[in-house]
Amino acid sequence: MSGSDEEKVHRTIERVARESYGRLVAYLSVNTHDLAAAEDALSEALLKSLTAWPRDGVPQNPEAWLLTTARHAVVDAVRHQRVVSANEPTLQLLQENTMASNFSTEFPDERLKLLFVCAHPAIDPAMHTPLMLQTVLGLDAVRIAGVFLISPKTMGQRLVRAKTKIRDGGIQFQIPEPRDLPQRLDAVLDAIYAAFGIGWDDLVGVDGRSRELAEEAIWLARVLLQLMPNEAEVSGLLALMLHCEARRDARRGRDGRYIPLSEQDPRLWSLPLIEDAERHLADASKFGRPGRFQLEAAIQSVHAERGRSGQIEWAAIVGFYEQLNRVSPTLGRRTGYAAALAEASRAEQGLAVLDAIDTDAVSAYQPYWAVRAHLLHRLGKGPEARHAYDRAIGLAQDPAVKEFLIQKRG
Amino acid sequence: MQFALLIYESPEAFAARNSDGTDSYTGAWRAYHQALVESGAFVAGDPLEVPETGTTIRIQDGRRGVQDGPYADTKEQLGGFTILELPSLDAALEWAARCPAASSGAVEVRPIATQTKRRITG
Repeated sequence: MSGSDEEKVHRTIERVARESYGRLVAYLSVNTHDLAAAEDALSEALLKSLTAWPRDGVPQNPEAWLLTTARHAVVDAVRHQRVVSANEPTLQLLQENTMASNFSTEFPDERLKLLFVCAHPAIDPAMHTPLMLQTVLGLDAVRIAGVFLISPKTMGQRLVRAKTKIRDGGIQFQIPEPRDLPQRLDAVLDAIYAAFGIGWDDLVGVDGRSRELAEEAIWLARVLLQLMPNEAEVSGLLALMLHCEARRDARRGRDGRYIPLSEQDPRLWSLPLIEDAERHLADASKFGRPGRFQLEAAIQSVHAERGRSGQIEWAAIVGFYEQLNRVSPTLGRRTGYAAALAEASRAEQGLAVLDAIDTDAVSAYQPYWAVRAHLLHRLGKGPEARHAYDRAIGLAQDPAVKEFLIQKRG
Repeated sequence: MQFALLIYESPEAFAARNSDGTDSYTGAWRAYHQALVESGAFVAGDPLEVPETGTTIRIQDGRRGVQDGPYADTKEQLGGFTILELPSLDAALEWAARCPAASSGAVEVRPIATQTKRRITG
């Protein structure tokens, strides 16, 4: 086999791994509840494919090949542990499944159950996103740790602990009952949005967590939408993320300078992504069940409209924030409301909203100080503005955002 | 819990010490310090003079060795430290990520060894 052929096989393996990882882990663990064992078995199968496929050619159905090989690995592992755990029913089940797989290459998509398991209320909410990223997308603990600002060792330990709890804690791999569904779906949506990296794009000079995983988050939302096409908030979340993602290239100047949303060049926004976002938002609105993600997406949609009209309809944004704060007020939304209100009417009104927020709650919340500084500056309150700018600069993580605020402070 | 942030700085960052204080690195430090103090996390901390001013002492086999310069010969050098009072390591890592040196050098977060301290200080 020539070098380029081998490269082609490796690319195929990479693609199959990316597309099938979550489907295979979900299917392998749905009965055993043992995510770690499923992941180990799948890595073993992927490792074997690296020698077998270049030698024998890529199998007709690569996913089925991986599944069969991974199943054998699970069976081997269970046999190995039998002395300790005597897990007879599991073994039997797996063997039956292995037999069946020889006749059929079709297997049900169990990823939805897996998503609900990852965001189960019995699991620490801080671990919902890392679990999803690892089990559904196959990201390694080191990469996840970097994004969440945790040491790789600690992240690895927390993931192991969460998986042990899933295996031994009686967490069911099933779609929640209708009466639990809204709350449980909320947790899944929150976890996907957390992977996206919350960035309050419409505020002045603020930064959020790294957007390194933005594409992965969008991919997760697309999977979820495919599995739950009739949930308005799933479409809402996807629309929100697509709108933000559309502005990726406009967020930095050529020299790496930070550019706030209201000063971005709309010609640098991705039109296909904006159109995709609008389509999903329109789909969501057909259900007549507004929710926080649809409202957030609607705010981003108003900003995107500037590309066509040349201006921002701040009054519309204020209206959406008012609805949002009735549904679920957060520090970020109250701050966003203040910023929008200041633009729609007077800076004093925005500042009054900020003044009403408890000062302890904002002592380490960067967007609050960035917006406060901006409003004080507009009101000509120099010394107070400088003080707020300093707080915002000191709390910022992104060097470009720091530099932007230092320039503003003067 | 108390944490030490050990701040390792690049040669460029040390060079900024010679400015009149209007450069953006120093400006970012002023803002960072203020945010730390006003959030209530700051316990103590100071910048150190440049690495070349360091002198390292070692006594081996009864002989005193004196080395001109810092202990470790690395590109990034210890440039200062901050002690913070915070509820968790996660919070300390957040503050470390905001440190101006994090984007040009590195910041090591180490918990203060309370038990060892108690054994030593009684």
